[in-house]
Amino acid sequence: MARYDRAITVFSPDGHLFQVEYALEAVRKGNAAVGVRGSDVVVLGVEKKSTPKLQDSRSVKKIVSLDDHVALACAGLKADARVLINRARIECQSHRLTVEDPVTVEYITRYIAGMQQKYTQSGGVRPFGLSTLIAGFDPYTCVPSLYQTDPSGTFQAWKANATGRNSNSMREFLEKNYKETSGQETVKLAIRALLEVVESGGKNIEIAVMTKEHGLRQLEEAEIDAIVADIDAEKAAAEAAKKGPARET
Amino acid sequence: MAVGLDFNGTAQQVNNFVSVSIQFDKPGACKARGSDLRVHFKFIKMKLDTSGLESTAPFFGSSNELLDGFSAAPFFEVPNTTNFDGFQKEAIQMVKPAKGTTTLAFIFKEGVMVAADSRASMGGYISSQSVKKIIEINPYMLGTMAGGAADCQFWHRNLGIKCRLHELANKRRISVTGASKLLANILYSYRGMGLSVGTMIAGWDETGPGLYYVDSEGGRLKGTRFSVGSGSPYAYGVLDNGYRYDMSIEEAAELARRSIYHATFRDGASGGVASVYYVGPDGWKKLSGDDVGELHYKYYPVTPSTVEQEMVEVAGA
Repeated sequence: MARYDRAITVFSPDGHLFQVEYALEAVRKGNAAVGVRGSDVVVLGVEKKSTPKLQDSRSVKKIVSLDDHVALACAGLKADARVLINRARIECQSHRLTVEDPVTVEYITRYIAGMQQKYTQSGGVRPFGLSTLIAGFDPYTCVPSLYQTDPSGTFQAWKANATGRNSNSMREFLEKNYKETSGQETVKLAIRALLEVVESGGKNIEIAVMTKEHGLRQLEEAEIDAIVADIDAEKAAAEAAKKGPARET
Repeated sequence: MAVGLDFNGTAQQVNNFVSVSIQFDKPGACKARGSDLRVHFKFIKMKLDTSGLESTAPFFGSSNELLDGFSAAPFFEVPNTTNFDGFQKEAIQMVKPAKGTTTLAFIFKEGVMVAADSRASMGGYISSQSVKKIIEINPYMLGTMAGGAADCQFWHRNLGIKCRLHELANKRRISVTGASKLLANILYSYRGMGLSVGTMIAGWDETGPGLYYVDSEGGRLKGTRFSVGSGSPYAYGVLDNGYRYDMSIEEAAELARRSIYHATFRDGASGGVASVYYVGPDGWKKLSGDDVGELHYKYYPVTPSTVEQEMVEVAGA
């Protein structure tokens, strides 16, 4: 077993951990994911790549729940995601058992980030190749939270963030258009951000809404289509308004 | 046909076997036709007969025992008892330290009231009258001590450490539920190793007042009224009788004080000073610490009795 103690993640002469940076590359190749925090909801959205005809699309769930009040969306290596999600789910229950309290979103984010960090400082293992967006409500308070972790093991709280493919353009869009929203407005904002980089249509987008009362709710394809139609209409109206007054003068 | 034999013989004990050598006086004396030779031996000492368990008789301490465990004859004395099924439990009860104390706690409208005596006893010897049995885990949580003083003190301080670490890591105070669960899990992992802790964790957290009973057997109970220790039956009597949920702080403190006093009056292992603490939304506060001897005369003041007969000097011789 001594053979497997050689660390894979070692420092480069100029202070980089190349394995971690390569892991971030893997994340950049993963599907687009976005998260937006509203005043009373948190919305997670994921790009759904077209499923082959014979594949049962229900078995491919991109947004998962860790507990009744915490959900996770990720971008990157899906197999790594499965391992991380299982461990996080166990930790959520273990926390409930030892202190008779559900986890706070920050606690479970810290746990996941801690695990990702461990794999950058151990022998014979490679880092997890995924970034996660963790959304939820803290028990006993009505405060919604959105956190992001990455392969290096750091985590931050965000008002809105994107990861995965073309995350930069999504983030730019969010930075330009973010404002405090609630309920359906937050959902629209998330979908608009996702539509910047994804083909329009309900079958290419997966959206889940986390509320205090109802927990995690996955939106149906029809619902998403309706909202997309709304957004398109608004866009057209905005375009028309821009062109209209200009012609008159 | 039975034949009686006179014999000069020796009964010799080798390990757990009695070997008997018999010498016949007259040769041919035991020639008898069609008779069974029954030999009766009277054993003086009762030994567990394990001859059925092994095939060869080993010598005591021979190397045979080390090499071949199966054929080694188990050699042990059966304990001198009539209660074969329960003697082990009796032994445990004999060495189990009795929780010589009285502590109580109850939840009422305004918060939690915690009270305890202050006597430490070693059998019949009172080793101290001024033991602090209410331990301050942190500014809003108290623990009571019953059982082994060292065990209680150490594990309560340890619990205080864990509570503080939880606060620092999670940026919010630990609940009374969580704290009591941590302690109960620790005590459970030491179950059977001789810890003696009968404690109550009382505190005020986000969900209001909380009271849990935790002991070294690993048990943990949530409740509104608890009393722990050898004086607890007496304290329960007074506490259960006088308890109302909507008492004021002074009434509740007086009830707690009286319950401790009555327990110290009847229980020899309780005494000293009756301390009363109150846990409210802002944390705990010590309300009083009265010597139970003085409390006795406060509750039952001595009335000067009228002299029935005055003794007078008898005049004369």
